[in-house]
Amino acid sequence: MALLEIKDLHATVGDREILKGIDLTVNSGEVHAIMGPNGSGKSTLAQVLAGRELYVVTGGQVIYDGKDLLAMSPEDRAREGIFLAFQYPVEIPGVSNMYFLKAALNAIRKHRGLEELDAMDFLALVKDRMKLLEMDQALLNRAVNAGFSGGEKKRNEIFQMAVLEPKLAILDETDSGLDIDALRTVAAGVNALRSPERAMIVVTHYQRLLNYIVPDYVHVLAEGRIVKSGGKELALELEESGYAGLGIEDQEEAVGKV
Amino acid sequence: MTPVAEQGLRETAFQRFLELGFPTTHDEDWRFTNVAPIARLVGHALACPSHALNCPPEAQQYLSKYAPFTNHAFVALNTAFFQNLTYIHIPRGQIVGEPIQIAYDSPSAISHPRTLIVVGPDAHCTIVETYSGTGAYFTNAVTEIVAGSGSVVDHYKVQLESPAAFHVGVMFASLGRSANFSATSISLGGALVRNEVSAVLSEGTDATLNGLYLVNGAQHVDNHTSIDHAKPHGTSHELYKGILDGQASAVFNGRIIVRKDAQKTDSKQTNKNLVLSDEAVIDTKPELQIFADDVRCTHGATIGQLDAESMFYLQSRGIGKQDARSLLTYAFAQDIIDRIKVQSLKDSLERILFEKFHERAH
Repeated sequence: MALLEIKDLHATVGDREILKGIDLTVNSGEVHAIMGPNGSGKSTLAQVLAGRELYVVTGGQVIYDGKDLLAMSPEDRAREGIFLAFQYPVEIPGVSNMYFLKAALNAIRKHRGLEELDAMDFLALVKDRMKLLEMDQALLNRAVNAGFSGGEKKRNEIFQMAVLEPKLAILDETDSGLDIDALRTVAAGVNALRSPERAMIVVTHYQRLLNYIVPDYVHVLAEGRIVKSGGKELALELEESGYAGLGIEDQEEAVGKV
Repeated sequence: MTPVAEQGLRETAFQRFLELGFPTTHDEDWRFTNVAPIARLVGHALACPSHALNCPPEAQQYLSKYAPFTNHAFVALNTAFFQNLTYIHIPRGQIVGEPIQIAYDSPSAISHPRTLIVVGPDAHCTIVETYSGTGAYFTNAVTEIVAGSGSVVDHYKVQLESPAAFHVGVMFASLGRSANFSATSISLGGALVRNEVSAVLSEGTDATLNGLYLVNGAQHVDNHTSIDHAKPHGTSHELYKGILDGQASAVFNGRIIVRKDAQKTDSKQTNKNLVLSDEAVIDTKPELQIFADDVRCTHGATIGQLDAESMFYLQSRGIGKQDARSLLTYAFAQDIIDRIKVQSLKDSLERILFEKFHERAH
């Protein structure tokens, strides 16, 4: 049974339809890249899967681990093993990174019938995972993402993923705003988390990230639909000929021409 | 003051109270706060004051010199009726490390706690005033603070009155040259509450006024502050934050006066409100009276709800909706708590707030 099955998914924001019938099947252990120009619906798909209420699902279904994903609250999706690495991680002044992550981990553990971790065990786990991302331990005691650089925020997302150990990780433009060194570190962290029990959906505008996180499948999204799917070589093809090579235009540019 | 003079003060104050009467919502300063329930409670018990003042001789030169009762009915009432004076005197240059705790646990249906704090030049001290009680009652508190030149005074007022209580607490601070003063008002309890903080600054005085008010159910809390820059080079920072839920209401009125002499004044006022329900009401009003021309005065007020993106971020990590709400609500209050320098107070407030938000969420 597939871990994730998306069938004819439609979603709108306001009165604008963004997703116009997405079909996608993801099995455990697989890494799928979703590429596409700006405005194609990549981030919307990521947010819809995580349960953002801003987007209204108007059709289709999503079966995750045998369950109706769209009927679940965002927190239940997380507890069932879905993790979204945000394109724009939110700054939350007044809540320490440490407290936040411990609350998250224990909510997930409780849901899975595991004992909650005490402060000592939690700290040991966190220190171990910080090494993976070469993160400064001082960030733990700071407020969630508050005053973090762009790179620190992205690292913090993958660090959270390393602590929460999801079954399905969705990485939304994790490469944007990263310099090449930070990109390498973040990608190494992601690669270390690849496992037969875990699937990943990597959303990106550029092929660059896929040099470091090599996908099993690549899908091209345009105007709310998957227009082409293939192996990792599809990403290279896109790199050479661009989206225009597939007859796709950046929507924002297209709007500009009208 | 001789006993006769003492009695004179009480009688004058009593007479003045009778002339003034309780304020009504027609008074600009009381527009949003209806004290009729207090008037009803006090009205039955009113008789001419007869008991002695019990004011130590050395305190007599200060008592009632800073809290004017001529235009304030509640101060007049307190001056006429207060039972015991809490008098604290820190001599010149003395540094008191441990915070001085003053706890007023309401002893009766009506009480008029009176506090006089005199801090000598270059002396340092921290004062924590706590108000609490059980059942229905009215506390009418007046605190006078005289801070000498170069003194450092941190004052905390923690209002933890019972849910049925009425509380009017008025503080007047007279701040000397280059004194460094902070007043933090934490207002959590009470059914009908008025907190007033009034500070008069001298040359080079630095004053910080922080406040946190939490209202829920049918609670009403009114915060009136006044910062009077009487002399040049004064600095004042004010940050008041409110969290409103249920059908509760709150008021923030921040008056800043910069007198003609008070050039180079630097003043900043901020009032932020988090409104968690559709029915809660906040009235926020800055009141700037600036008579000098070379000054910097800024003010701002915000009223907002919990941030939807922050909520989603927390939920997307597995944190339940109610826990996410209480976490963000707590975070909103956090920067006021962080500014508290008394560790034990900080710890106990963190605990109280955490429980309050957690309770509310579940």
